[in-house]
Amino acid sequence: MRKIFIALLVQIAAIAVIGPALAQESMTLDAQVNQMFAAVTGPFVSFIFAPIPGTSFPWIVMWLVVAASIFTIYFGFVQFRFFGHAISLVKGDYSDPNDAGEVSHFQALATALSGTVGLGNIAGVAVAVGIGGPGATFWMILAGLLGMASKFTECTLGVKYRNEYEDGTVSGGPMYYISKGFKQLGIPGGKALAILFSIFCILGALGGGNMFQANQAHAQISGIVGDYPGWITGVIFAVVVFAVIVGGMKSIARVTEKVVPFMGIMYVAAAIIILAVNFDQIGWAFGQIFEGAFTGLGVAGGFVGALIQGFKRAAFSNEAGVGSAAIAHSAVRTKEPITEGVVSLLEPFIDTVVICTMTALVIIITGQLIIDPVSGNYMLDGSMIATVGGTSGVALTSAAFGSAVSWFPYVLAIAVVLFAFSTMISWSYYGLKAWTYLFGEGKTTELIFKLIFCAFVIIGAAASLGPVIDFSDAAIFAMAVVNIFALYFLMKLVKQEFQSYRERLESGEIKKFKG
Amino acid sequence: MTTTLVIGLDGHESGERVLDYGKRMAGLIGDCELLVVYVVEWSPYSFQTPEENAQRHKRREEEISLAMARVVDPALAKLKESGVKGRGVVRHGHVADILNAIAKEEKAEQIIVGRASSQGLVDRLFGSSTSTLVMSAHVPVTVIG
Repeated sequence: MRKIFIALLVQIAAIAVIGPALAQESMTLDAQVNQMFAAVTGPFVSFIFAPIPGTSFPWIVMWLVVAASIFTIYFGFVQFRFFGHAISLVKGDYSDPNDAGEVSHFQALATALSGTVGLGNIAGVAVAVGIGGPGATFWMILAGLLGMASKFTECTLGVKYRNEYEDGTVSGGPMYYISKGFKQLGIPGGKALAILFSIFCILGALGGGNMFQANQAHAQISGIVGDYPGWITGVIFAVVVFAVIVGGMKSIARVTEKVVPFMGIMYVAAAIIILAVNFDQIGWAFGQIFEGAFTGLGVAGGFVGALIQGFKRAAFSNEAGVGSAAIAHSAVRTKEPITEGVVSLLEPFIDTVVICTMTALVIIITGQLIIDPVSGNYMLDGSMIATVGGTSGVALTSAAFGSAVSWFPYVLAIAVVLFAFSTMISWSYYGLKAWTYLFGEGKTTELIFKLIFCAFVIIGAAASLGPVIDFSDAAIFAMAVVNIFALYFLMKLVKQEFQSYRERLESGEIKKFKG
Repeated sequence: MTTTLVIGLDGHESGERVLDYGKRMAGLIGDCELLVVYVVEWSPYSFQTPEENAQRHKRREEEISLAMARVVDPALAKLKESGVKGRGVVRHGHVADILNAIAKEEKAEQIIVGRASSQGLVDRLFGSSTSTLVMSAHVPVTVIG
C-alpha cells in the first residue's frame, strides 16, 4: 500500500519536473506546473465541492455546519457554558503542581493555534470577503462559534484514545480514536475509516498545510520585491523546512514558535489601531456585514454565495471538525480528557471569531471593496468583488492594512512567511502521524514522508492560487468527511466523560490548585 | 521536632559551599534534616512544536533522572558520609517559586542557596533567581557567596 501511495504522490511531483520538458517552450515553468496540477486534482476537488442536487450549495459545507450544530445542541452549548472554565484551565488554576514539566494546557493550545492561525486568517478571509462580500464575515463568525463544539468533541477523544509508547512518547488523533472507539463500541469498520482518514490527512498536510502556505508566502514576497518565478521561493522554503524536519534543526523551529505568537499579537494590535482610528465607521461596517449576510449586497450567488464563502473559509481557518487539532492536543498528559476538549474550544474563538473578524473589518473599513454608488451594491469583476487595486487573497489584506499604515505590508510579509512556515511545521507533524499510522513507525518510513513533504513545498509555490486553494480545501474537507462521520458514533463516549466531569466539578471533587 | 532546612542546588561550584554550610547548621541545630532541591527551569507558558509536546513526558523523566544522578544523589551521599539526615527532590518550574513553595510545604526554617551563578543580560534586567527568592520568600533565606 505504501508503494501505491508513494507512487501517486511521486506522480504529481514528477509531472512538475518532467512536464516542462514535454511542453511548449513558450509556457513558463510555473504555468506548466499549474496546468498539470489542476488536471490531476480536478476530479477529487469536483467531488468534494459537488453541490446538493437542485441547489448551488456544496454538500460538504452543509456537512460541517450541521455537525457543528448537532454537537452544540448535544453538549448543551458547551462552548458558552464552559468558556470561563476553559480560561481557568489555560491559566493553570486546575493544574496539579506535581505535574509541572509536562505539557500544559496553555502549551497544547498554543501549539494547536500556531498550526491554525496563519494564512487562513489573512489570505483566507480576504478570499471570503473578496468573493462573498462583507456578509461572509457574519457566516464565518457563526461557523466559528458552532465549530467550538466540534473541536471540543474531537480533542476530548484525541486525548482519551491516544497511544502511549513505552519510551514515553505519544501519538494521537482521529486515526487512533476512530479505530479504538469503534472497537470499544463493537462497531465494525473502524480500522478502514481510520486508514481513510490517514490518507486524507496526508493529502491535507500536503495541500492546505503545505502548498497553500508556500503559494501565499510566495505571493506576499513577490508583491514586495517584484514578480519572480515561484519555484525559487519554493526551493528556499523547502530547504529550510528540510533543515527542520529532516535535519532536526530545532533552533529554527524554536525561533519561529517564539516569533509567531508575537507576530499574531502585532497583527491583532495593528488591526485594533486601524479600527480605533476609523471607529466612526465600525457601525457602518457591521451594518454591511449583517445586511450582506442576508442579501449578499450584489455578490455572486447572493446571500447563499456569502454564506458558502463564510462557512468555507471559517472551516479552512479553524479546522473544527477536520481532526487536525486532535493530533496536536493529544500530547497533553491529563487525567481528564474533557479538560483538553474544553481548552480546545478556545481555538475557533481566537482564530475565527477574533482574528478573522479583525481582518474582515479592516478590509471593509479601509474601503478596499468597490461599491456602486448608484445601487449601493458591490461591483463585480467576474465572480469576485472589484477591489481598489484589483487585488485578491493575501494581497487584498496587505493593501487594506497598507492603506492605513504605509509600512505595514512589510511587517505583514514577514508575518505571512513566518505563519506559513510554522503552519508547515505543524502540518508536517500531522501528516507524519497519519503516515506512520498507515506504514508504521520507523526512521526510513518517516524520512520518505518528510522528503515528499519538502517536494510539495516547491510545487505549491510554483502553482497559481486557484488550483492550489481548491485542492487544499478539498483535501482538508475530505478529512472532515471521515472524522465527523466517526464523531457521530463516538460522541456518546464524550458525553459520558463530560457528564462525569461536570458532576465532579460541581461536587467539588475536582478542585482548583490555585486562584 | 525535626528542623528542616531547604538546600537549593543548581549544579554549579557554589553548591559545595551551600552544602557545607547546611551541614554546619545541621550540626549546630542537632535534630535537623536537609532537603536538597534541584529545580529544572520550566514555564507552562512557553511555546513548543507538536513534536516537542509529543516527547515532553519522556524528556521530563530524563531531566528528573539526570538531575537526580548528577546533582541530588551526590549531595545526599555527602550528607550521609557526614552523618547528616537528608532527602532529595527534583521539581520543574521557576527556581524562586518552587523553593519557596517547598519551604512552605515542608514547614522549613530557612532556605539556603548559592549566589547567582550567572550575570547575563536577562539577570541584570529582571534580577536573578536568587534575588527574586530573597525578595519573595516566606522564610529566611541564606545566600552563600
